[in-house]
Amino acid sequence: MTESTYRVHGATGEWEVVIGLEVHAQISTQSKLFSGASTEFGAEPNTQVSLIDAAMPGMLPVPNRECMRQAVRTGMALGAEINKYSRFDRKNYFYADLPQGYQISQLYHPIVGEGEIEVTLDEKDPNSPTKKIGVERIHVEQDAGKLMHDQHPTMSYVDLNRCGVALMEIVSKPDMRSPAEAGAYVKKLRSILRYVGSCDGNMEQGSMRADVNVSVRKPGEEFGTRTETKNVNSIRFLMQVVEIEARRQVDLIEDGGEVVQETRLFDPNKMETRSMRSKEDAHDYRYFPDPDLLPVILDDAFLDECRASLPELPDAKRARYENELGLSAYNAAVLTAEAETAAWFEDMMAAGADAKAASNWLMSELFGALNKMGKGLDESPVSAAQAAELLGLIKDGTISGKIAKDVFEIMLETGDGATKIVEDRGLKQESDTGAIEAEIVKIVEANQDKVAEYKSGKDRLLGFFVGQTMKAMQGKANPQVVNELLKKYLS
Amino acid sequence: MSDLTQLGIAAIRDGVANGEFKAVEVAEAFNANVAAASSALNAFIVETPELAVQAAQAVDADRAAGKALGSMAGVPIGMKDLFCTNGTQTTAASQMLEGFTPTYESTVSANLWAAGAGMLGKLNLDQFAMGSSNETSYFGNVISPWKLDDGKDRAPGGSSGGSSAAISARLCPAATGTDTGGSIRQPAAFTGITGIKPTYGRCSRWGVVAFASSLDQAGPMAHDVRDCAIMLGAMAGYDPKDSTSLNLSVPNWEAALNSDLRGKKVGVPREYRMDGTDADILESWDRGIEWLKDAGAEIVEISLPHTKYALPAYYIIAPAEASSNLARYDGVRYGLRDLPDGAGLQDMYAATRAAGFGPEVKRRIMIGTYVLSAGFYDAYYTQAQKVRTLIARDFAEAFTQCDVILAPTTPTAAFPLGENSEDPLAMYLNDVFAVPASLAGLPAMSVPCGLNKDGLPLGLQIIGNQLDEQGVLNAGLAIEERAGFVAQPKKWW
Repeated sequence: MTESTYRVHGATGEWEVVIGLEVHAQISTQSKLFSGASTEFGAEPNTQVSLIDAAMPGMLPVPNRECMRQAVRTGMALGAEINKYSRFDRKNYFYADLPQGYQISQLYHPIVGEGEIEVTLDEKDPNSPTKKIGVERIHVEQDAGKLMHDQHPTMSYVDLNRCGVALMEIVSKPDMRSPAEAGAYVKKLRSILRYVGSCDGNMEQGSMRADVNVSVRKPGEEFGTRTETKNVNSIRFLMQVVEIEARRQVDLIEDGGEVVQETRLFDPNKMETRSMRSKEDAHDYRYFPDPDLLPVILDDAFLDECRASLPELPDAKRARYENELGLSAYNAAVLTAEAETAAWFEDMMAAGADAKAASNWLMSELFGALNKMGKGLDESPVSAAQAAELLGLIKDGTISGKIAKDVFEIMLETGDGATKIVEDRGLKQESDTGAIEAEIVKIVEANQDKVAEYKSGKDRLLGFFVGQTMKAMQGKANPQVVNELLKKYLS
Repeated sequence: MSDLTQLGIAAIRDGVANGEFKAVEVAEAFNANVAAASSALNAFIVETPELAVQAAQAVDADRAAGKALGSMAGVPIGMKDLFCTNGTQTTAASQMLEGFTPTYESTVSANLWAAGAGMLGKLNLDQFAMGSSNETSYFGNVISPWKLDDGKDRAPGGSSGGSSAAISARLCPAATGTDTGGSIRQPAAFTGITGIKPTYGRCSRWGVVAFASSLDQAGPMAHDVRDCAIMLGAMAGYDPKDSTSLNLSVPNWEAALNSDLRGKKVGVPREYRMDGTDADILESWDRGIEWLKDAGAEIVEISLPHTKYALPAYYIIAPAEASSNLARYDGVRYGLRDLPDGAGLQDMYAATRAAGFGPEVKRRIMIGTYVLSAGFYDAYYTQAQKVRTLIARDFAEAFTQCDVILAPTTPTAAFPLGENSEDPLAMYLNDVFAVPASLAGLPAMSVPCGLNKDGLPLGLQIIGNQLDEQGVLNAGLAIEERAGFVAQPKKWW
């Protein structure tokens, strides 16, 4: 564990920031937590609403087993305690986007207890410090609907499509001490959720968002009063919220004011947080066990099945890449940061590519090309199998690394396979010593002066002869063969 | 034709099946009785004579075609207006839901239609099933058909008071009820009919407007034990749409009816001899004990030591759940909306709920909100849940010593309307004998056992162990056979 040195500088000295996060992650399921309505993103308002979601009289919730399974798998991936007994509670409050007049959540008995996440503060730095951030609990709850205030001059509209969608609320301990740590925590958490497949981690679509608890203190002192900034939906914003809110609190305290415990909103346009509601008018939510639902009791068979279904997780994968595949710490970290990247890499190996070659090629060639095109790995015009084929052609000497770059360009444009391109365009590397020798003879003949210089000790002229030979061969000669033949010829 | 309305479920079912009369004749006979009594008794909120006739026609057609008939074939029934019925207004006797017509059918009512029953109409009740006298309905009081020479209107009991009045007055041979803390048993006792609340979870709550989810349980109300057994069999069953529904098959209760209680032990709880209980009630209880002895049972004295805490615990738990269950009536999606000029969202909630809920419902919402509030949750709600556990334990202990428990259903016979309406605590006391079995989720029924000195019906209550509806029905049958209760209200309407 490394102590953070992040400090907010104030008039009275340096302040430390204390951060805790409540991440809401939408569970990746086809249907909602307590109804069969679809959870698909982007549908027309109120087209994915069952009688239950709309809280019609007499409607009852029935838990979706898959939601509970995904929460358990997530807990296991965080090495957390899984509670065999959990229970749904009602959190009662009135709001137009909450049709039942209560949210069904797990206050008293969450399904997942304590766990932890190890984060690397700078994944690009192999020597970057790591830190363990505690997870307090994960509970499962329903999302609310959405109010639209801008569609009509005097009325607000309600869209209940999201109402009842299953969320995992992942509550951290107040273990983070800098914006970077908070950002790294959410990044790592998102990575794990994606590996597990329990949440797509898509912050733009709202399937992951965070409530950011921030307080400040003089280093070593007691925790200060915290504020909670709601619904922050990108890692960049999250880090900004920490910075801005910590600054605000320090300035406030140093001006003789007092931080009040309250809920705040982040305005990314004005780069400020604003008070949403204070504790004085906070709701008395009136929690109690939901009498429509029985406690959730998990048996060993179910837990075994959940455990067996877990994939290799990022930390284990990274260690294996380093230790077994001999990749550099940096490459291993980058390739395992996202499940999708690791899967792509492993697909290449499954198609016969060498691990080191594949990792280097991915990180330099493919990422570079995708970056230029502004595309994600999932949109790559070249498949992992095609990439492996290209590397195979380099490995067996069919083409040179330089030609491979050209072939890759053509693959990106046409979508054709490497072998086809090499054959169609006659890019095959020439290793036939006869043909190369013939050219060498011509070049040596034409450059007798340089041959003499070389023989008299000017070794670096070999490069000149290589260049000439390659040029004569239109770049298709095997450079190794050229080298060997030239050395033989000139000696 | 008028004699058809004297028939109960079994007689109608058998008569239709044997071709003694047509289902349509039965439906029309009851439709006529409903129409004749509607203004005087106010038992129905909505009458649906056409639905009764349609269902009967379908049964007659099936019989003519030689098809197998359901267990309720040809029986027109009343449906407590707490059950959502597809295409028919469902109000829970509230202004909040006046005009609300569901697009879906409650599981229990769907089961009954599938068994061949037809619907005469939606029966009046205490608003959102909260009340013991049917005086809290937005649609006005139900008047009990039982009248004495004093001429006073009497309470038919509650909350299933429309059901009890309609059956007792022969407006329908049977009706659905729901029982949260006695709402089937108490009105059954007040009107001289039979009603059973099964084990919690036997009947699906899906599509039943919720009062207190952990207590609400549907059950049949009818003339006799056999009819209750038949109708309960048609109502009950596992429903995957209700998480608290019991995943068990439904026994054939009717086929296993047997009033021979030799080898059975009947528990008589000492704590039910409460101060303030009518002498008539205590006498009827003693008679019941003798009848069960006569049926071969051994009588054992048992103790249910936490009985005195049951009513207070109930009046914490039930309102707590109700305050939450009724939060959905907010004026946003359906039902009443009161939107004062310039009002915001909170104002709309307040205005809608102020206008749509009656005083008793508001009282319970306030109690429930209070007992769940952060500062009082442990002092009230948590304590009440502990009491509930102790009460369930009392019964579990008792059932190691006996097979069924015999007790009065109510502490008094039916009281005149208005007598208790200013005194909620006096009103709540009506359910003092009924509530413990509700808190424990046990099956319990009320069987008429005679008339008191004044000529009003009294009921005896039989409480059974979890899932032992059969034991309850059999003991009920033994009482019924010996009580020979045939009294009916004089037709004054």
